[in-house]
Amino acid sequence: MRSRNVLTGMLLGAGSVAGTVLFRRRLARRRERVDIYFGDGSMVSLTKPDEAEPLLRRARQILELAG
Amino acid sequence: MDAAAALERLRDISSQVRTAVIFERGGQVVGSTLADEEREKRVAEEAERLLAEAERQREPADGGGEFAQLEIALQGGSVFVVRDGDRLIAATTPPEPTVGLVFYDLKSCLRELETPVAPKKRAPAKRKPATRVKKTDAKS
Repeated sequence: MRSRNVLTGMLLGAGSVAGTVLFRRRLARRRERVDIYFGDGSMVSLTKPDEAEPLLRRARQILELAG
Repeated sequence: MDAAAALERLRDISSQVRTAVIFERGGQVVGSTLADEEREKRVAEEAERLLAEAERQREPADGGGEFAQLEIALQGGSVFVVRDGDRLIAATTPPEPTVGLVFYDLKSCLRELETPVAPKKRAPAKRKPATRVKKTDAKS
């Protein structure tokens, strides 16, 4: 009986950890970001709000205009 | 290929691109999938400003290449700007698009646009009449 309770607890724990990981991963993918690519192959990714905000604002404007 | 044909083809090959505006540097619109002329002009202007801000992000210490393309991911969708020479395309997609595929389709659209019209066939060159040199016998 006791071993069954331990097993149930462990399964619940593992399930919640897996769920949290999946949720955080999905959330990270949905985060607003700016990726800029240059001709020499370099790339700049702006994720900090203060850096990205001017470009995000313009992009929102474009999405709104495009309908 | 003209802009309308290139955009038509883009719509055929890409299910992810919702709208697209092709414009020259300086904001002059070349073609668009938008029906409203005023809106396409404003999209081109905004994309031009976006490009200016993106170019400011270049690392001057690296020598940095020129701006090639950008993706801005928002909750409501993504905005792409791709450059090919002095010509640019700004496009919108739904959220979480297949980024590499969209970049490829937009770049192809710009390249198709610049495909030159087949050159006119040259008139066949006139053959020069063969000149005959009369052999003269030195002995006679």
